[in-house]
Amino acid sequence: MNITSYLIRGLATGGQFALVAIGYTMVYGILKLINFAHGELFMVSGILMIYIVADLPTLPIGLAICLMAALTVFIGFLIEKFAYSPLRSAPRMSVMISAIGVSYLLQNLVSYITGGLSKQFPDIPVIGESVRFLGIKDKLTVFLSPVIAIVLTVILVQIINHTKFGMAMRAVSKDFETSQLMGIKINRVISITFAIGAFLAATGSVLYFAKNTGINHLSGANPGLKAFIAAVVGGIGSIPGAVVGALIIGVAESLAKAFGLADFSDVISFGLLIIILVVKPTGIFGEKTTEKV
Amino acid sequence: MSDNILEIKTLNVRFGGILAVNDISLDVRRGKIVTLIGANGAGKSTILRSVSGIVKPVHGEILFEGENIMGLTPEQIVKKGITLVPEGRRVFPNLTVLENLKMGAYLRKDDYEKDLSYVYRLFPRLEERSWQSAGTLSGGEQQMLAVGRALMSSPKLIMMDEPSLGLAPLVVRDIFSIIRTINENGITVLLIEQNANMALKTCDYGYVIETGNITMQGEGDKLLNDDRVKEAYLGKSRNG
Ligand SMILES: Nc1ncnc2c1ncn2[C@@H]1O[C@H](COP(=O)(O)OP(=O)(O)OP(=O)(O)O)[C@@H](O)[C@H]1O
Ligand SMILES: [Mg+2]
Repeated sequence: MNITSYLIRGLATGGQFALVAIGYTMVYGILKLINFAHGELFMVSGILMIYIVADLPTLPIGLAICLMAALTVFIGFLIEKFAYSPLRSAPRMSVMISAIGVSYLLQNLVSYITGGLSKQFPDIPVIGESVRFLGIKDKLTVFLSPVIAIVLTVILVQIINHTKFGMAMRAVSKDFETSQLMGIKINRVISITFAIGAFLAATGSVLYFAKNTGINHLSGANPGLKAFIAAVVGGIGSIPGAVVGALIIGVAESLAKAFGLADFSDVISFGLLIIILVVKPTGIFGEKTTEKV
Repeated sequence: MSDNILEIKTLNVRFGGILAVNDISLDVRRGKIVTLIGANGAGKSTILRSVSGIVKPVHGEILFEGENIMGLTPEQIVKKGITLVPEGRRVFPNLTVLENLKMGAYLRKDDYEKDLSYVYRLFPRLEERSWQSAGTLSGGEQQMLAVGRALMSSPKLIMMDEPSLGLAPLVVRDIFSIIRTINENGITVLLIEQNANMALKTCDYGYVIETGNITMQGEGDKLLNDDRVKEAYLGKSRNG
């Protein structure tokens, strides 16, 4: 493999991480919560895909993906409803512990169902097939991932900046109580935020696992961690930040592989995190918190 | 229906063990300006927040146009025509001025253009700055925005929690003259103020609240000339 193909693979992984990172950053933006269960949700959506394809073999793959995404969104919604929403006025630490709890719950549940064994992700036609592009031969998902991530991000940013719902989201992220005084149902806005995050994670999981074949109950940990780092590097709370952060992390890890440093990929991600936080503590796109009171 | 747009009856609010509002009853006549004055921590904000549905009272009744609204969600209460300009302005700093105003009209299905131009007529400064993010406005401008935002819901009753707090005397005068204008345009006003002097001069009726209880009430002029009010709230005991 030459350096260009490593670069492209880096952008691919980056794009997949980005779809997960957006979920972290959006939930943080609105609840100031690091949703530790998000990486596990990513893994669960991969497992769901495996079981859907195995149990409903006649279902066209496109519909299987839609069903999987719908279930993932539903689980994301349930997590918020039962693990976070009852703690709305609790200290932030309690919500964080609840998030860690949910994360283990999902891991254990999946390990119970799968028996802890690795399951083969189904072949996804089209995106799982090899193509040649720019003289590089790789699975289509590799070329497609960054494009899909960026397109979805652009759509999302448009929604947030230019629709009434997006305006409500931005308002809720600053001030629950005043948002309520405007007549916004904050719980609904929060639910939808989780749903969007879950949908993007589901999309990311198809793109990610279509090239990385086996999944077990721990498969969400690494992508989850990397996506979280990406969100912090980009400036947690910022959606474009999460995407840029994820692309940087993806490319850095892939280049590490190119130079035979694959074993150090975690070190490199954290190293980047530290460097960026030292230079700019709020992350690349992070806003300074200098509001008038 | 009585002449009262809002009637609060034996309202009780507790936070943990602390009694913040103790059996308070008060009436707001339709079309009037009613003010609540009282020391810090007396329970004034808690009363308004109960009316808005943000705080859940222990017991009591809150009647709006004769209908009990206690237990309704803030959203349902806004729909009924009650709006609150919260203490400390609370504009959305990350939204533009125009977006803040639109947030005020969040629940409206009808056209709010007329109200927008009404707000811009009251506060021309807001129109000039409609694209600026609200966090960069001065304190006085933020207060105007908070009032404008509340007006965008096209309320029957506007409640304002210390609108003059921290503003220069000239701006305070502006705010009070706006309050009168809003009222002349047919909106009932329930006003909390630390600036008892201005508030009592502006209002039709006033209540004095001390540690969760109403200790005095009467027409603005009457309270303004009351010795106890003068001493406690108008700072006129010594030079008086
Ligand atoms: N959310 C809350 N939790 C606990 N106690 C509260 C809460 N809100 C208000 N209180 C208490 O209730 C009492 C009344 O508070 P409130 O804010 O209504 O006073 P206020 O008259 O508006 O005072 P100020 O003029 O300083 O704004 C105070 O003792 C306050 O500490
Ligand atoms: Mg107060």
